[in-house]
Amino acid sequence: MKKLFSAVFVAALAIGSSLGAVQADAKEWKKVRVGVEGAYPPFSEVTADGKLVGFDIDIANALCEEMKVECELVTQDWDGIIPALLARKYDAIIASMSITEERKQKVDFTSKYYNTPAKFVRKKGSGIEITEEGLKGKTVGVQRATIHDNFVTEVYGDEVEVKRYGTQDEAYLDMVAGRIDLLLADSVAMQGGFLDTDDGKDYEFVGPDFSDPKYFGDGAGIALRKDDDDLREMLNQAIEAIRANGKYKAIQDKYFDFDVYGS
Amino acid sequence: MDFTPILENYQLYLKGLWITLQLVSLSLVIGLGMAVPLAILRTSSNPLVNAPVWSFTYFFRGTPLLVQMFLLYYGLGQMQFMIELSQQLDFLKDAYWYALVAFTLNTAAYTTEIIRGAIEGTDYGEVEAARACGMSRFQTYTRVILPSAFRRALPAYSNEVIFMLHGSAIASVITIIDLTGAARIIASRYYNPFEAFIAVGAVYFCITFTLIGGFKLLERHWFAHLRPREEVKAKGRTKDKAQQVI
Repeated sequence: MKKLFSAVFVAALAIGSSLGAVQADAKEWKKVRVGVEGAYPPFSEVTADGKLVGFDIDIANALCEEMKVECELVTQDWDGIIPALLARKYDAIIASMSITEERKQKVDFTSKYYNTPAKFVRKKGSGIEITEEGLKGKTVGVQRATIHDNFVTEVYGDEVEVKRYGTQDEAYLDMVAGRIDLLLADSVAMQGGFLDTDDGKDYEFVGPDFSDPKYFGDGAGIALRKDDDDLREMLNQAIEAIRANGKYKAIQDKYFDFDVYGS
Repeated sequence: MDFTPILENYQLYLKGLWITLQLVSLSLVIGLGMAVPLAILRTSSNPLVNAPVWSFTYFFRGTPLLVQMFLLYYGLGQMQFMIELSQQLDFLKDAYWYALVAFTLNTAAYTTEIIRGAIEGTDYGEVEAARACGMSRFQTYTRVILPSAFRRALPAYSNEVIFMLHGSAIASVITIIDLTGAARIIASRYYNPFEAFIAVGAVYFCITFTLIGGFKLLERHWFAHLRPREEVKAKGRTKDKAQQVI
């Protein structure tokens, strides 16, 4: 029985690796599958009629057009987005993923395609201050497995209770329901996804911009499997190309009235 | 395969285990407490008594537990009165209670139907005999109907307990750090879903088999009369039967 099992296992491994080899050989990249989140407005969201829209989505499409490849967008929940890349469910992640040291151990990144700081949001009139004293006993909502989750857990873990959500949208819901005192997330995402919406009108930013590279990385890049250097090169060139030919600016101006690329 | 992140964070798993055990055992105990009177009402032939219980079990058995929990946690959370109320009552902000209520109502609905089935399966002769002995309705229930119904409901109920344990894994989607929640944190922090979920699966596995073992002991005890007897006793039984025939 044990022998049979190991024989099947070895066979499965052999088939698996030979498939991998076939894919590795056929690296012309006619078709690229891109993992996106679809629950992170205004960067990535699903409209009522099921269409994907947002800054990340437009950037993904522009890059594919630039690289002259066919792209297929695959939506994937955030906390499984890296494992699914490693499991070859798609070839690249374009989902506002910050380039951090921890993630670099598992995946490779292109150069950044935007960089915006993180900020806290509080309810207007709540008077909460972002100091060790002011945060004591407060509840902070973050999206699970994000730089914001890591930052608040490591830096303020002793003062605050951290509530982790699968998507940023769920954190907004609980903020409106009065179950959490503060949100910590990307400032641009919260401006467009929460503060500018009807639900977010009673809330405001508080505290400084957070962008310490130790926690927040070097901006958002496109994540790839480690062996796909050629695809990374293609994407890097495509990012530069759309930066140069004005496509990037056109997409940016559609969503924001300021420069999201950062310095 | 590298299990060091899990060993380093065993405290997170322990805390998660404690929350899971709490949620499951509390909801099972309260749910069972609700289910017994509800099952009795459900067997009533009066539609005014029967129908409300029927619709309760129909709703909670007809929709997924996840949907029920979302309805309570995110649905109810959007109501203005709940927002105001939770500003005054701090515990209403805690996801734990919403999960507990959802789990309790869900298991109560299933257990009600299990016990109702067992009650309706009672041999009517036993009820008539109890009446003939002059027992009141209440006595008939507590002395005759319920003890034998519980006995017959036990195998189905042990399944319900295990389903509840496994169902409790969804508490992690509303921010509760139960066993599965702990695994999700580890999986997302170290990008090792395989190890994180295998470890947590093993823990669920152990609890499940402890529960199955416990129910087996209970069944041995309660179904002692159904086990084949030793020879001497078996002879006695045939003699009894012979006497009955005479």
